[in-house]
Amino acid sequence: MNPTSLTARKANLVSCHVCHLLSRAATTHCPRCGSSLHQRKVNSIARTWALLIAACICYIPANVLPMTISSTLGSKQTDTIMSGVIYFIHSGSWEIALVIFIASIFVPLIKMFILAFLLISIHFRIRWKPRDRTRLYRLTEAVGRWSMVDVYVVTILVGLVHLGALANVDAGPAAFYFAAVVVITMFAAESFDPRLIWDVMEQ
Amino acid sequence: MSSRIACHECDLLQIIPALPEKASARCVRCGAVLYRRKPNSINRTLAWTFTGLIFFVLANCLPFLAMKSGGFVQETKLVTGIIQLFKQGLPGVSALVMLTCVIFPLLDMAGTLYVLLPLKLNRAPRGAPRVFRLIQHIRLWGMVEIFMLGILVALVKLAKMAEIIPGLALYSFIALMFAIAAAANNLDSHLIWEKLGRKI
Repeated sequence: MNPTSLTARKANLVSCHVCHLLSRAATTHCPRCGSSLHQRKVNSIARTWALLIAACICYIPANVLPMTISSTLGSKQTDTIMSGVIYFIHSGSWEIALVIFIASIFVPLIKMFILAFLLISIHFRIRWKPRDRTRLYRLTEAVGRWSMVDVYVVTILVGLVHLGALANVDAGPAAFYFAAVVVITMFAAESFDPRLIWDVMEQ
Repeated sequence: MSSRIACHECDLLQIIPALPEKASARCVRCGAVLYRRKPNSINRTLAWTFTGLIFFVLANCLPFLAMKSGGFVQETKLVTGIIQLFKQGLPGVSALVMLTCVIFPLLDMAGTLYVLLPLKLNRAPRGAPRVFRLIQHIRLWGMVEIFMLGILVALVKLAKMAEIIPGLALYSFIALMFAIAAAANNLDSHLIWEKLGRKI
C-alpha cells in the first residue's frame, strides 16, 4: 500500500454520495446534484447496528411462523420457509430447494453476520485485510436483494391458487416478517459506510 | 477526459485517465469499480428504455398466468397476487411487491427518459439533477429480475398440482427484465452528471 496515499478527507475535500463530485469540505450541499454532503455517512455505525438488531428480531418469526397456508379439499397445510425447502427436496427438485435455501435462509443470515463482523472490526479498530473486508461488504450489498424471491413466490401462489374450496393458498404472517428482514437488512447495508474500514489505516 | 475522483468505498483520491471504450477503472487501494466507460451510452440507454416501457405496458395489461385444474381455469394478471395479498390482510407486503416490481421500474424508466431525451437534444430539462438523483436511489429497489426467479420457483411448485398456461404477459415480463438490465448496463451516470453539471 502506498503510504503517501491521500484521501478526500485529508485533502479537505468531500465526495458526493450520489454524483461523486468533489467539493470543499465545508460545503453542505453538492453544487451539481443538490444532495447533502457528508465526509462519512451520518451516524453510520449506530444506525447500522439498530437496523441489524431489528432484522435479527424479525428473522425469528419469519422462520417460525407459517409462510403459506394451503388448503385442498378441506385439508389444511401450513408451510414455513424451511418446510418449503424440505418439500422441494422430497419432491425431487433439489435445484429449487437449493435456490430457496440460499436465498431465504443462508443469504439473510450470512448478511447479518458479515455486517456484525464489519461493525465489530471497526469498533476495535482492527487493521486486518481492509481490502477483503471491503469486498465482503460489496458482496452483502449485491446479494441481499435476492432474498426477496420467497416473498414473490408467495405473491404468485396466492394470486394463482384461489379456487375456493377446491384449492386455496393464503399468505401466512411470516411473509410480513420475512419481507421486513429483507428490507431492513438492505437499509442496514446502505447505511454502513465502508470508508470507516479504511479510516483506521490512515492513523 | 481525465478527472479526479474519491473512491466511494475507501475515500482515496485518484485521477481517472481517459479510458478506451468498454474499459473500467478500479480503485488502486480497495479495488472498487470507479468508472466504466460505455460507448454510445445515451442512445443505447434511450433505445432500451423505450423497449422496456413497451414491454412494461404489455406485461401489465395481458394475461399473465393461467392455472387449469379439474375443469377450472383461473386466469391471473401481474397484479392479481398483489391484490390478493392486500385482501388477505398483508397490505405492507402487498405494497412492497407493488413498489419493487411495478412502480419503481416504471419510475426508473420514466425518469431516465425525462433526463436523457432532452440531453440528447442538447437541452437541460427542468429539475433534471433532482430526477436523476432520485432514480439512482430507486434503481436499487427495482427487483424485476428477482420476481422472475420467483415465478420460476412458483411454477415448479405448482407443476405437480395443476397445469399452468403461461400468458403473453409472462413473455413480455421476461423481455422487460432484459430491457431494464440492458438500459442500466449502458447508462453512463458519470457522463450524465458531467453533462448536467455543465448546463447549470
